[in-house]
Amino acid sequence: MIRRILIANRGEIAARIIRTCSALGIETVLAASDADVESTPARMADRTVRIGPGPSPMSYLNVDAVVRAAVAVRADAVHPGYGFLSENARLARACVAAGVVFVGPTPKHLDAVGDKLTARSHAVAAGLPRLPGGEVSSAAEAQRMAHAVGWPLLVKAVAGGGGRGLRVVESSAELAAAIDEASAEAVAAFGDSRLYLERFVPHGRHVEVQLLGDGRQVIHVGDRDCSVQRRYQKLVEEAPAPGLPGDLRSRLHTAAVALARRLRYRGLGTVEFLVEPERDAFWFLEMNARIQVEHPVTEALTGLDLVAEQLHVADGHGLRLAQEDVVVSGHAVECRINAEDPAQGWRPSPGVVDQVAFPVGAGVRVDSHIQPGSAVPPFYDSLLAKVIAHGPDRPAALGTMLEALRRTTIDGVATNIEFHVGVLGSPEFQVGGVDTGFLARHLNRLPETVARRG
Amino acid sequence: MSLHPDDVTEILALLDSLDLDEFRLRTQRFALTLRRGEGGWTRIDQVLTAPHVVDVAEDPAADPAEGTAPAAARAPADGAAADHAGLHEVRTPLMGTFYRAPRPGAPPFVQVGDRVGPDTVIGIVETMKLMNSVPAGIAGTVQEICVPDAGFVQRDAVLVRIAPLDPGDR
Repeated sequence: MIRRILIANRGEIAARIIRTCSALGIETVLAASDADVESTPARMADRTVRIGPGPSPMSYLNVDAVVRAAVAVRADAVHPGYGFLSENARLARACVAAGVVFVGPTPKHLDAVGDKLTARSHAVAAGLPRLPGGEVSSAAEAQRMAHAVGWPLLVKAVAGGGGRGLRVVESSAELAAAIDEASAEAVAAFGDSRLYLERFVPHGRHVEVQLLGDGRQVIHVGDRDCSVQRRYQKLVEEAPAPGLPGDLRSRLHTAAVALARRLRYRGLGTVEFLVEPERDAFWFLEMNARIQVEHPVTEALTGLDLVAEQLHVADGHGLRLAQEDVVVSGHAVECRINAEDPAQGWRPSPGVVDQVAFPVGAGVRVDSHIQPGSAVPPFYDSLLAKVIAHGPDRPAALGTMLEALRRTTIDGVATNIEFHVGVLGSPEFQVGGVDTGFLARHLNRLPETVARRG
Repeated sequence: MSLHPDDVTEILALLDSLDLDEFRLRTQRFALTLRRGEGGWTRIDQVLTAPHVVDVAEDPAADPAEGTAPAAARAPADGAAADHAGLHEVRTPLMGTFYRAPRPGAPPFVQVGDRVGPDTVIGIVETMKLMNSVPAGIAGTVQEICVPDAGFVQRDAVLVRIAPLDPGDR
């Protein structure tokens, strides 16, 4: 039974996990870097333990420091949040060895989906459609495979994530250089230079299916559309994915569940698909074995607390929800408020937050870790807050979101709040069902002075 | 502990029924202000509880030498200007982590004694997971590298000093 938990993360997700744990009566210990010992999550947690200096390789990415902290405070479990060590099989194994529950899938699951090529082969075995492509180990081999895959194509890191080690290649002449660059980037980011090629679908949509499993049963908790991206970073997410024709939605759900069943998956997971609604087609992209940043839109639609369900199955219990218990109602949208300045070439804006005011009221939720006086350290990503709006239908949710953004004030650091207002108000987004190329087109339509350099 | 969002919802319901426009509550643990505006309610809240930081004593990583590493890596104060008369200072536009090489193990972008042009990259400053290349900004010879690899730099800290190319030498 989980009575005391170590939260090996920071920022809004640490605050969000603490909130659920406190409501469940679980004692919280935050594992914080030196840069975060005064943070809001550190104030919210029952206790805080230092795990190292600010730069994440010395703290949040240090498996030994996290396990030492968990053992030292006699935590029953470690919650890794997202990013950092959340999908690190070595941490999961070290937790098992130390007799501590890792709140996530088993090390075997992490191995199976962390390596994109292994994940692809599991997806194929489970009957999921995937894009043509495969591993390449030399430029000559890449040229041969590219011929079969067709142009344009993507060069991707086998160990990839967050858009690193990723290149779009338009023609044969660019391929060798792209392979070199992507391989160097992959080594630097993941310590693994392996690459694979995949056909690039320029007008696809990014739709993902939320899953929950207990190692035997798997259910889905609906889908999300995360097509509004800049350089592979999601900015706006919504649920359900708008305007999927016919039975495409239920086919996506079925496919995602089939993959997780094959893996006998335990915990929260997400299967990402590239979807072309016009052709009634979809392809498997990858599976994420953690809680996602955008999980609140799913919670808004279903009324579930996904972290509570995640803890429940991590503690060894079976699912307490059947598929028919998951009822989706209305529409929800999330905007990621980042400390970055769209008007200055998206320059990151670390510093100290001065004033903060968030919207509150029916249909509005804000997940954040900042309050007046909060430091925004330069070591980590720039997410300050997630504003989530829920309404009976999409227009209502978007209306609530626009009102909510107008009531959001963050002084002291630059933010992208105004940029979000522009995105939400754009005719293309208002219609719904934009593809992953939408944000680049939107940026090109803006006046030169505003965020033109997307 | 802080307020749960459900607590705030209940307070709001009460305020709506009372027709109040502003509500302030301050305890030892938190401060909450709720304000009614044109589009709806706004909250300003703050967790006041001090962090309860515990030390994990037997932790070898808690060695003070390691703990102070980033402070030691901080850019030196630019007080000793006299020694640097006539040198061009390349400063970082952002606070972050300074890297001398494009990736771990690779040769550094520049070494002391290297000739550079205005566009020569002298290093990278990583801020919030973004890598920003820093150009020399001037033609000349690298005289001093002021920050160790992976050292933390404040905004405007001097990264490198360059002796400008004397126009008479050309």
